[in-house]
Amino acid sequence: MSISDASGIPERPRTLAEKVWDDHLVVKGEDGQPDLIYIDLHLVHEVTSPQAFDGLRAEGRPVRRLDLTIATEDHNTPTLDIDKPIADLTSRTQIETLRRNAEEFGVRLHSLGDKEQGIVHVVGPQLGLTMPGITVVCGDSHTSTHGAFGAMAFGIGTSEVEHVMATQTLPLKPFKTMAITVEGELKPGVTAKDVILAIIAKIGANGGQGYVLEFRGSAIRSLSMEGRMTMCNMSIEAGARAGMIAPDEITFEYVKGRPHAPQGEDWDDAVAYWRTLPSDEGAVYDAEVYLDAAELEPFVTWGTNPGQGVSLSGAVPSPAGIADSNERAAAERALEYMDLAPGTPMKDVAVDAVFMGSCTNSRIEDLRAFASVVRGRTKADGVRVMVVPGSARVRLEAEAEGLDKVFTDFGAEWRFAGCSMCLGMNPDQLAPGERCASTSNRNFEGRQGKGGRTHLVSPLVAAATAVRGTLSSPSDLDPLPAGSAVGSPATAGAEA
Amino acid sequence: MEKFTTHTGVAAPLRRSAVDTDQIIPAVYLKRVTKTGFEDALFASWRQDPAFVLNQPAYAAASVLVAGPDFGTGSSREHAVWALRDYGFRVVLSSRFADIFRGNAGKQGLVAGVIDEADLERVWNVIEAQPGIAMTVDLEARRASIGDLQIAFDIDDYTRWRLLEGLDDIGLTLRNEDKIAQFEARREAWRPRTLPVP
Ligand code: SF4
Repeated sequence: MSISDASGIPERPRTLAEKVWDDHLVVKGEDGQPDLIYIDLHLVHEVTSPQAFDGLRAEGRPVRRLDLTIATEDHNTPTLDIDKPIADLTSRTQIETLRRNAEEFGVRLHSLGDKEQGIVHVVGPQLGLTMPGITVVCGDSHTSTHGAFGAMAFGIGTSEVEHVMATQTLPLKPFKTMAITVEGELKPGVTAKDVILAIIAKIGANGGQGYVLEFRGSAIRSLSMEGRMTMCNMSIEAGARAGMIAPDEITFEYVKGRPHAPQGEDWDDAVAYWRTLPSDEGAVYDAEVYLDAAELEPFVTWGTNPGQGVSLSGAVPSPAGIADSNERAAAERALEYMDLAPGTPMKDVAVDAVFMGSCTNSRIEDLRAFASVVRGRTKADGVRVMVVPGSARVRLEAEAEGLDKVFTDFGAEWRFAGCSMCLGMNPDQLAPGERCASTSNRNFEGRQGKGGRTHLVSPLVAAATAVRGTLSSPSDLDPLPAGSAVGSPATAGAEA
Repeated sequence: MEKFTTHTGVAAPLRRSAVDTDQIIPAVYLKRVTKTGFEDALFASWRQDPAFVLNQPAYAAASVLVAGPDFGTGSSREHAVWALRDYGFRVVLSSRFADIFRGNAGKQGLVAGVIDEADLERVWNVIEAQPGIAMTVDLEARRASIGDLQIAFDIDDYTRWRLLEGLDDIGLTLRNEDKIAQFEARREAWRPRTLPVP
């Protein structure tokens, strides 16, 4: 794919991903060997690190760069009674193991109760550690979230966690690049979550395999950083290694002034460099996909992989119409698991629970979007509604704005920060057969609790669903009584 | 890491596509802090069904898994590979693997070989005609044979070389210690630092 310029200038136009990659080359691999890539930021949590620390200990190796490493507790942490000892013994052991390892190796750790504790992918950006043009890894597939800043960020396995701890590098083959261009204006009520769900449905849950996705186009540029993080977060659900968005003024504005953001001259140097990162005119991608923003609608999943999605105004599809035999079998199995009949309008699907949280949608803007719909309303009878902020800081911020009151008045539970029901490693789980509208990222069988059924939705759809008890968008809600002191849900499209 | 050259063992057919890592090992088993002893966790919820393929006596000693496309999608949990390995699998063949899973497999001595979708169907048919039949997997030649059937599988050169030699990645990387130090010396000051805590 290398194109040499007619003028003889060897420099070819490069993509954002290629630029970040090239600037982290420690050793260029030859004869089929991988490149050795430097890692700027290593995020650590309790689930995928214990065996890595063990490996270091066995070899007598230190963590090479403690100043590029940070840990938090998130997957196992309870979201209630956080001042009491963790009841589940194995969860407690895992957290205590991280605490011991952090202490022994000198890794900075934000423990439960600390104001910087939270989901690792919420904490990094909020501290200003995530910034354009860096490489970020974590033993967690949703590390792709950080690509929203124009960083190269991807999940790794525990062996690689140990490798990064020991060497601050990773041997890797370059990824292929895929441009996903979304042009035009999103309709009110259509959010970043809907866009990424529509993209995954379009290219398939494996369509991004081997690629770094670069989201571009006017609809992407108009997204806030929170919206961009939602998009990149779910790149992995399309099978991609990473998602990226070119940094711009919105990015710089978000990073500026955060605790670890560069300051003074360093800031100026950084911004000057960051401005060089967007893909060059004429850069060649290995694949390209186009979407028209104006055609997109609120999107929900009906099946058990994130590619099995449909417009909220649509119906459960019929497997009979699927040509590929493997996919047809998967769809049949999914419908059986989800207990759904083909042709059922999605809006007729009644839920038992609504989960508002996870590294996909638990930032302050997500909570504001949810609050904008439920403010002044009461939740549907018999529906359990849980709102879980992504970090302790988001929780504080929400409380300072009075959102906690909005949630509890509505009838929702307001919890402490963590992964919570995204994967149910803590007590927050669905019971077998329970159906949930969830703002998280995976609808795999049993993901939110054994036998639980998950529909992936945006915060706005989650909120409207909590009001009506069936999958709904804010536009389905009756207007609030005249004279009520709160805003109308028509303003709820703010997230887009 | 143990060297891998050839392996012969009972092949089990997993006629499912998009087997995600939550199915290979449900999250509840990720709470352990050890790197071994995950055999009970493999396909834990599917194994509760007596009809599940690994519950059939013919496959009790299976060490080669032949699975549908998109095996190992979802989370980055290396536990998925540990569970397969601890259960006794040395090889997984599929027509498509999720990237992170394939990478993790290579690091733990589990061969993840990519085969043609047409071959996949052929292999399943051979196994199901003769449950308990063994397969021989030759990593050097990137070929597998079962009954009268010979098929090629794909695995990238570098992973194959490391598996054949039994080489550990960290040791290999540390041979470039001087280059890492040189790179660090020229890193810009604006790049993030987690310490000191502001
Ligand atoms: S919120 Fe869910 S997806 Fe995100 S890191 Fe936690 S468990 Fe993983």
